[in-house]
Amino acid sequence: MSRTSLTRLVPRSRPGESRAAFGFVALDGLGLIVFVALPAILALVIGLFNVDGFGKIEFAGLHNFQLMAGDKLLWKSLGITTAFTAMFVPTAFVVSLCLALLVRKPFPGVGLVRTALFLPNVISLVVIAVMWQFLLTDKVGVVPEMLGGVGLGDVSWLGDPALALPTLAFVCVWFLMGYQMLIFLAGLQDIPGELYDAATVDGANAWQRFWGVTWPSLRPTSFFVLITSLVNALAGSLGFDLVMVLTKGGPANSTSTVVFYAYQQAFLYGRFGYAAAICGLMVAISIVITGALFALTRGGRFDES
Amino acid sequence: MSRETALRKPRAKIGPGAIVAYILALITVAPLLWMALSAFRPGAEVFSASWPKHLTLDNFTFVLTEVPFFTYLGNSALVSVVVTVVSLFLHTMCGYALARMRFRGRGLFFGMVVSTLFVSLPVILVPLFMVTRALGMVDTYFGLIVPALFNAFGIFLLRQFYLNIPSELEDAARLDGCGYLRMYWHLILPLSRPIMSSLAVLFFLANWNSFVWPLTVAQSENLRVVQVGISSLSGQYGADYQYILAASVLAAIPTVIVFIFGQRRLVDSLKTTGLK
Repeated sequence: MSRTSLTRLVPRSRPGESRAAFGFVALDGLGLIVFVALPAILALVIGLFNVDGFGKIEFAGLHNFQLMAGDKLLWKSLGITTAFTAMFVPTAFVVSLCLALLVRKPFPGVGLVRTALFLPNVISLVVIAVMWQFLLTDKVGVVPEMLGGVGLGDVSWLGDPALALPTLAFVCVWFLMGYQMLIFLAGLQDIPGELYDAATVDGANAWQRFWGVTWPSLRPTSFFVLITSLVNALAGSLGFDLVMVLTKGGPANSTSTVVFYAYQQAFLYGRFGYAAAICGLMVAISIVITGALFALTRGGRFDES
Repeated sequence: MSRETALRKPRAKIGPGAIVAYILALITVAPLLWMALSAFRPGAEVFSASWPKHLTLDNFTFVLTEVPFFTYLGNSALVSVVVTVVSLFLHTMCGYALARMRFRGRGLFFGMVVSTLFVSLPVILVPLFMVTRALGMVDTYFGLIVPALFNAFGIFLLRQFYLNIPSELEDAARLDGCGYLRMYWHLILPLSRPIMSSLAVLFFLANWNSFVWPLTVAQSENLRVVQVGISSLSGQYGADYQYILAASVLAAIPTVIVFIFGQRRLVDSLKTTGLK
């Protein structure tokens, strides 16, 4: 398939081209295979083995998967990851789209405003976690202090099992909204101004212009934002780095996401095979989502042609 | 382009939307500013919600002298700079070959790049650790650096970039008798300067801020990077927030500086990650 498209692009093969190309891709190719593809495949396969912390390996058949089926904490963590995703993805989407619309048109200091909204995204998640821990410290933190005025001073944002996950989702939205806002801004710039002029001539108000022009034109952008934040929430660093430092999975396991649970199984209890089986499940879910993304955007921006 | 011209028109008025935007921007950065301010408070007043009466550098002195924080910063700098520089070379070569050269297995290779785009680190952490251990790289600088080099996103972006460069340039170079390596060095690399600087900002930030992999692969204290250092500080000095905050500010300074200087570049590269 690539051959036909290539003959179209380059009429004649050049001597030594293939050898040079192999030289160009060799190191990166090898590295990708060893450090990305192989671990991803291993994650899918290693679940069939029992692997301990010292590298001993024995075949376990479906044992790990049977364990997974009966592991209540794993099911709980799947529920937590799902709940986190359900809270975080739509909120981040709406907030960042609103911000993008707000800073779309120039006003004095618009660049500074955009920078400020994006700033949290350049700080590491570890610092973000430590900082919010500090700000939200029960009773003495500045947030409870300020909320004392409206009678919310005694709320334990990270200590109450019912509130810890929403708090985590809030911090994630704050962290990521600037990034998604920029993606939306790029999408908004691609919408031709004539569309708005035409809508205005037709007597559309701002609300109608949004749903009639902006929203349909933004579809590819929205799709990209949704998919990336979905993958990030399910299996990315968001549900991991922050959990590691901010809540350590607690209180009462209420923020123990799947990736955090797998990490604990491996590096706390030495159950590498079992952890890999869990990761395999997440790899499978990620592949399904990626596959869906590419299927749905065929002929679009991701396609080769 | 249209945005830039639009930005240069300072005639726009401050409407209600702008005021809302100012307020939201302030609320967004307020936590960061508060953290920075609190890092300068004396330990006993670190939780104080009022404007500080006096500020001190003691917390920073403590972190830099009582904790091997310079080692952490040095390790982070070393790892981030090496990863950024080496991976830019690797990815430009690879992306260029994928976009402009013909070789057997190119489609397959590109397929691998695309299918690993969304494989995130936490998900492959355990098997990646096993692979790294099998290669004897656990608890070495190699273990911190080598697995971080290979980034499907970088290759993918560069390939997309090279697809769009005019082939006349290559033809001219070829007529002048340029081999592939010389063409790469004298033509392709200079052409890639803008996208390379975007990616450099992106890679530097990602590696400076990375936490889970260094935590997993390096156990010894002399290999500790700054993010792991902060996390362990917060375990050790849990109650003494002034030290943790000072360390956090020190860790955040390089990213903020890189961000301010590379802002335009970073924004460009973020915009291209998904679009165009």
